[in-house]
Amino acid sequence: MSRLHGENLTLGYDQRVVATDLTVAIPTGSFTAIVGPNACGKSTLLKAMARMIKPRAGAVYLDGAEIATYKAREVARRLGLLPQTSVAPAGISVADLVARGRYPHQRLLRQWSREDETIVTDAMAATGVLDLAGRLVDELSGGQRQRVWLAVVLAQQTPILLLDEPTTYLDIAHQLEVLDLCADLHEGGAHTVVAVLHDLNQAFRYATHVVVLRPGGMVAAEGAPADIVTAELIEDVFGLGCRVIDDPETGTPMIVPTARRGAALRT
Amino acid sequence: MSTLITGRVVRLRGYSVRFDPRALAVAVGLVVALAVVSVFSLGTGDFALSPGAVIDSLVGDGTPIADFIVQTIRLPRLLTAVLVGGALGASGAILQRLSGNPLGSPDIIGFTYGSATGALIMITVVHGSMMAIAGGALVGGLATAVLIYALAFGRGGVASRFVLVGIGVGAMLLSANSYLITRASWQDALAAQAWLFGTLNGRGWQQVILIGVAIAVLFPIAGYFARKLALLDLGDDMARALGVGVDWARFALIVTSVALAAFATAATGPIWFVALAAPQLAHRLARGGGPGMMTSAWMGALLLALSDLGVQRLFPDTQLPVGTATGVLGGLYLIWFLATRRREGRA
Amino acid sequence: MITRTTGLLVAVVALGFVVLTGIWLGTKDISFLETWRVLWHPDGSPDSIIIHDYRVPRTILGLLVGAALGLSGALMQALTRNPLADPGLLGVSLGASSGVVVAIAFVGVSGVLGYVWFAFVGAAIAAVVVYLLGSAGRTLATPERLVLAGAAVTAVLYAFNTAVLLVDPRAFNQFRFWNAGSLAGRDYDVVTALLPFLAVGIALALALARPLNVLALGEEMSRALGANVGRTRIAGAVAVTLLCGAATAAAGPIGFVGLAVPHVARLIVGPDQRWVLPYTLVLSPILLIGSDTLGRVIGSPGEVQVGIVTAFVGAPVFLALCRRRKLSAL
Repeated sequence: MSRLHGENLTLGYDQRVVATDLTVAIPTGSFTAIVGPNACGKSTLLKAMARMIKPRAGAVYLDGAEIATYKAREVARRLGLLPQTSVAPAGISVADLVARGRYPHQRLLRQWSREDETIVTDAMAATGVLDLAGRLVDELSGGQRQRVWLAVVLAQQTPILLLDEPTTYLDIAHQLEVLDLCADLHEGGAHTVVAVLHDLNQAFRYATHVVVLRPGGMVAAEGAPADIVTAELIEDVFGLGCRVIDDPETGTPMIVPTARRGAALRT
Repeated sequence: MSTLITGRVVRLRGYSVRFDPRALAVAVGLVVALAVVSVFSLGTGDFALSPGAVIDSLVGDGTPIADFIVQTIRLPRLLTAVLVGGALGASGAILQRLSGNPLGSPDIIGFTYGSATGALIMITVVHGSMMAIAGGALVGGLATAVLIYALAFGRGGVASRFVLVGIGVGAMLLSANSYLITRASWQDALAAQAWLFGTLNGRGWQQVILIGVAIAVLFPIAGYFARKLALLDLGDDMARALGVGVDWARFALIVTSVALAAFATAATGPIWFVALAAPQLAHRLARGGGPGMMTSAWMGALLLALSDLGVQRLFPDTQLPVGTATGVLGGLYLIWFLATRRREGRA
Repeated sequence: MITRTTGLLVAVVALGFVVLTGIWLGTKDISFLETWRVLWHPDGSPDSIIIHDYRVPRTILGLLVGAALGLSGALMQALTRNPLADPGLLGVSLGASSGVVVAIAFVGVSGVLGYVWFAFVGAAIAAVVVYLLGSAGRTLATPERLVLAGAAVTAVLYAFNTAVLLVDPRAFNQFRFWNAGSLAGRDYDVVTALLPFLAVGIALALALARPLNVLALGEEMSRALGANVGRTRIAGAVAVTLLCGAATAAAGPIGFVGLAVPHVARLIVGPDQRWVLPYTLVLSPILLIGSDTLGRVIGSPGEVQVGIVTAFVGAPVFLALCRRRKLSAL
């Protein structure tokens, strides 16, 4: 059973149509990765599922009802979104920024309860930024900042987390840190995590469910990485010749692109 | 007590309220300063009164002459200054936060030029009474806001452009104002030019009620939506993700900001730069994420009351419009602003 | 395929038409044939006087002022890499007019010849202040910031002008007609007085075409290519001051010509300044003289000043530009 799924979605911006008749279901408790070449509509799909954009046709369903029928705060209590572009106001501290993630649970006269405080502390601990609590967000490195934003979304306490390219602009060690964190979050079905990722090997290593999109927004394949990843699929969707081997560390599928002719045996 | 987030929390039963002690202290300081200025405003001038006499008159216990001077002349003038200054300060704060730019103020973006156009039409074409002119200013300001909003947010428009759209429309209106002044007769042109500088001369209880009602209605609305500003600061996407009705909030904030500026302009004529300077000055004192609405309002009230006091006492014979004082202050403010920004930029 | 040279020639011909129309149309109905005859054979008749003493100098002035405004706009857009730059919007026009206010009210000067120098100084100071205001601080300079800085300076100078003129009604009367931006009532003296400044400004502007092309690549890239960024900027600023100051001194503040025409030119020939500048040079007077003629036609028997017409024609262009999703720098 999936809590979040889209049916027959047609998505686009202004004049451009990015996806037609797209149906995707997110398995509850999974770590789903959405991958695909540029301009295949991955971010658009995520935004539609997060109710950031309205589908031209079709609908997104959350917990059985059309997502458009919910009030904004209701959605914010069930879905957390980490957008690609977020702006941290100048001069704000880490703790204050994470605290803003509690907004959907707060009211005019319930502005900062003890529960809020505990949850924010826990969120910062989970992302490893608790010792940075008093520091200014401006002063942090890219990797630290991304973890702070993750803490903001965590503080929102939603069962479903949507992450739009959470690893862009991070160096490799920090990318893996973030992905490890996502894996921890989803462990045992505690959260449903959906992430748009552009690194295929990372996606196949961490995700339990992969959705491969083709340009034009059609689903080329959907399922557990071990079940769907084949060299033919990658060649077909990405135009890349490759070999699929088992990742020596984790056993998950790993793409090794074929070398150019003549570049093979360089010593 | 929270050691985690900035500011303080007050909790009672299940309820909790956050506040910034520094902002509160600044607000209190401004109110005190305003009280002092008020005592001077009410007590000095052609007919001097001791503070005790002032208080007596306020309550209705003083001599008939003192009562008359205080209640019919000085008090309404002071109240108009306080309320108009407060409205302008709040309006500027909201618009500056929304546009993310400390120069994003209604008198620069073009809303005030629209009020001017409305008033000038009343003066030069319709030859209306003072009420008509005020009405024209109000309608002009609001109509301009609608136009700017429609252009900036209508299909194809981008929310972040509303400042630019405002400037474009403002430039057209500036031109229209020049046109109206050239078309007018000599006297009308002089009257129009004079109106372009807001003044508190001859302002009485009518104006106080006008702006008072406006504030009573608009401040609560603005205050409610201003809470969302902290989240709008995080970017539209994140704000939406957190459940903020971004478009609705922005619309409400722009409407209240413009309406406050339009009512203020209708009451006294355009008083330039209070909306620009008050929020930034308040922000300097109170720090925090951005100019706060209430501290900016108090600062605006103080600035205008002080300017009016200065203009009355330093130039007792000429009845100089208070807008000249704020104009000069505005110029100085910009220079100061420029100097401090450069220093910040190098840091 | 029409080449750019052909296009330019077409534009020049179009300009010729517009000039002729400007001379032909006016408050007094003079037939086209009569206009043509009198133009080449002045005979002292009332019609001839109207044509030669009013319409021709006016049109020539429109030619020069239009070219100057258009070029200064193109230069400003290239120098600041800001598609919204315009001498009117960035406060330079108002700086010139404040200079004129000072000239009228404090120095007692009258007549365009007297205003010019004050206009230059005012324009230069305003340009510097706007530039500093718009580019200071930690955050990136975006098109919006510079325009907002221009608006702030405009507001201050507007208040200054209003204040000074309130105190001096005589000056006010002299100023209010000049302030609407108009080509009326200027004779050949004005043209000859400004010609040297405009000539130098235009020559300087055209000479900057190549350096500006390099500047468009960004500061670091330009330096890497060996261009002298500072010198180009200063030369450009001097050209803008000369052109805008002279044009405003002659005709009053006229906005939006400098904004709209370079965009049209770029739409036609692309971003190469060696073509954009000549096209702007030819197309701007078309806009200005056209607006002037329009103002005379719709305002008959009086006129709607050209500054007002260009605002109402040009502002929609500005607004259309604003609504473009991606407001990229040039």
